[in-house]
Amino acid sequence: MSPASTRVPTETPSLASRGLAILSQPWVTAILALALVIALGLVFHGNGAFYKWGTHRDALRLISVYAILACGMTVVILAAGIDLSVGSVLGLIAVAFSILVVRWEWSAWAAIPACLLLGACCGAASGSLIAWFRIQPFIVTLAMMVFARGLAKKISNGEKIWSAQTPEIFTRIDSRLLGENISVVTLVFLACLVICWIGLTRLRWGRYVYAIGGNEEAARLSGVPVTAMKIGVYALAGLFSAVAGICHAAQEYQGDPEAGATYELTAIAIVVIGGTSLMGGRGGVGLTLLGTLIIGYVDKILSINAVPEANRLMLTGAIIVVAVLVQRRKS
Amino acid sequence: MIGIVKSFGEHRVLDQVQFPLREGEVHVLAGENGAGKSTLMKILGGVYAPDAGEVRLLGRPVRFRSPREAALGGVAIIHQELSLVPSMSVADNIYLGRERTTRGWMRFGHQHNESTRLLSRLGLDILPCTAVGDLPISFQQMIEIAKALSLNARILVMDEPTSALNEPEVERLFAVVNDLKRSGCGIVYITHKLEEVYRIADRITVLRDGRWIATAPAREMPAPLLIRHMVGRELDERVTAGRTIARSNAPVLLRVEHVTVRSSRRSARPLVDNVGFEVRAGEIVGLAGLQGSGNSDLLWGVFGAFGRRRVSGEIRIGGAAYRPRSPGWAIRNGVALVTNDRQRNGLVTGLDVVANATLAALPRVSPAGWLRRGEEVALATDSTRALRLRAASLRQRVATLSGGNQQKVVLAKWMNIQPRVLLLDEPTRGVDVGAKQEIYQILDDWRRAGHAIVLITSEMPELLMLSDRIVVMHRGRAVTAMERKEATQERILHAAMGGD
Repeated sequence: MSPASTRVPTETPSLASRGLAILSQPWVTAILALALVIALGLVFHGNGAFYKWGTHRDALRLISVYAILACGMTVVILAAGIDLSVGSVLGLIAVAFSILVVRWEWSAWAAIPACLLLGACCGAASGSLIAWFRIQPFIVTLAMMVFARGLAKKISNGEKIWSAQTPEIFTRIDSRLLGENISVVTLVFLACLVICWIGLTRLRWGRYVYAIGGNEEAARLSGVPVTAMKIGVYALAGLFSAVAGICHAAQEYQGDPEAGATYELTAIAIVVIGGTSLMGGRGGVGLTLLGTLIIGYVDKILSINAVPEANRLMLTGAIIVVAVLVQRRKS
Repeated sequence: MIGIVKSFGEHRVLDQVQFPLREGEVHVLAGENGAGKSTLMKILGGVYAPDAGEVRLLGRPVRFRSPREAALGGVAIIHQELSLVPSMSVADNIYLGRERTTRGWMRFGHQHNESTRLLSRLGLDILPCTAVGDLPISFQQMIEIAKALSLNARILVMDEPTSALNEPEVERLFAVVNDLKRSGCGIVYITHKLEEVYRIADRITVLRDGRWIATAPAREMPAPLLIRHMVGRELDERVTAGRTIARSNAPVLLRVEHVTVRSSRRSARPLVDNVGFEVRAGEIVGLAGLQGSGNSDLLWGVFGAFGRRRVSGEIRIGGAAYRPRSPGWAIRNGVALVTNDRQRNGLVTGLDVVANATLAALPRVSPAGWLRRGEEVALATDSTRALRLRAASLRQRVATLSGGNQQKVVLAKWMNIQPRVLLLDEPTRGVDVGAKQEIYQILDDWRRAGHAIVLITSEMPELLMLSDRIVVMHRGRAVTAMERKEATQERILHAAMGGD
């Protein structure tokens, strides 16, 4: 916030209403929600498991793949779109990466760029249909979701791709760094987060994303290249799906054509719980970090307390509703 | 309708307005844009509740709380934008919300037969099972009328029903209107076309600035009197004094020749039809025209907002040939467009002042794509300060600014692209009086600085005060052009309504 120059006599808001205004900022509600979740963790600590660093490292490792998807999803949602295909593209890339590395024995230096390119192409295809033919993003990416899953099954013949001798790149990606304290996948997630943050706040590109999400027509009439931007935004989401796909394959030591099913929903949930508006134009990748931590910790706390999966899912559903209700109050 | 008062916020839109409608008459409701015609009809139709006054139907006071109540009370309104569901059949549309049922089961046969009867009464040869969206606009309008008939409407309001119709279609509409009149319907007819007024009206009521001015039989109110009633107010001489006419030897910055803008609907008439004019540096050319005249469409076409396919003709900017491609291309050629609806397509209201003020000029402050945030804030600060924007902070979201200040943000945005040609569509709409004066001053400064300005405004005094020349458009054509000294409100309005 820049200093307010009070050239206009405005009414001084009462302390209470100013407090409310601060409370209704999305990042404040998200931080409060995260604090609440952590407080619950401190109380229901699962015989002290919550006090061990390993638990946290594990929570971060488990949520990282979802969080990478959520980074791309944030950008798409900020531009007032949605991408349902990220989970399927993840599965496609997991299979493709495994085939390249395990069967064809490509080096990682060739396989990774090829997979990233494939993922970006999937996204760019969705984006082109959305931008040129004005088809709703929901429908286009739903079609891509089905198509990419089919392609994953086609190239793998429906079988999991693995070998008894795990390729070195898989173990590398699944390892831990900094004295075994943080997983590589988590670092990849943080890198994606930083890339998105720079793109959205430091580049002209990011300003265009917000403008398109806030008012596409006004953006177009201000000379924003809406078509190219939309294609780019979905291509970025596809690229991040590819990153997540590579990480997922490495974590599982195999390329499973079924991998990533329903991951898109978790990614959307992370973005929404963070406080980015599904209407577009408002929010940011910082909120997505908070959303990631909230979902990650809720999951971990429920699992260290041995809550059965059925109850876990029901609770997660309830949490999403509450989070959205809390955020709606402000608008 | 007696003594109707309606205010929106502090703005009084209708003030003690009366409107008498008899059985079996066609009553034309006339007035300039913004005179309060639509608001009055929305009160009649139950869309708005009046702040004071009452509506009497056959002598009994009535108070419609919703369009549905009004419809059941016998008032049917056919808006300019038709309210039909394109994907549903003709019969389903006619009975929408009032489906004929027996214990919840639809009686399709009954609806079908009733619809056929109504359609044949209107002389329409279409099947009730056709989807409405597959029909031309003129037929859709007839279906609205059929819907009104099915309600046994005693009052039918038509808001500019002919704006999208061609000649034979207009003839058929008039035949239907005459037929309805004979059957005892009272018809309120809103139009901007003089020719229609005198072909169809039994009586005329004129509104101006939200006040009732006159009601008289059509033959007692010939065209010159009607226009005088509509224009009414005398021009404030003070504002026009002290203006120097632009030098006629200044270079022509914008030349438009034979420009045609096609409608997005294939069969409809073009929005702009073979229009030409030129604007010199340091000159303001007013584009006068009532709703549907195509003047806004012309600006959008020149700006490239319709893309390259729908616009044909020759445009030169500063002597160089220019083909409208996209808004981005127009901006790079130094053309700016202030649209007439800043909420819808002028501002990203969820973003702050800085982001909006620099949106069109971002490449200037982000070479190679990296935002130079200091430069960006400096650009926004300079431009908004020059326009005397009053905001608590430049990090304020523009949604929280007043109308006048929002408009200044729009103007700042376009100032920042360093334009040569400014296309301004209603730059003072929804702006309070003080801000209006400031915007006049800004426009005059820009004129002096040598920009070429094309101005659309529905406020006649504003047009006469600011324009060096005025081009009048009617139904997509430029019907006349006049120099500032020969322009009067009467002449402009007469031409804009298609009088000769």
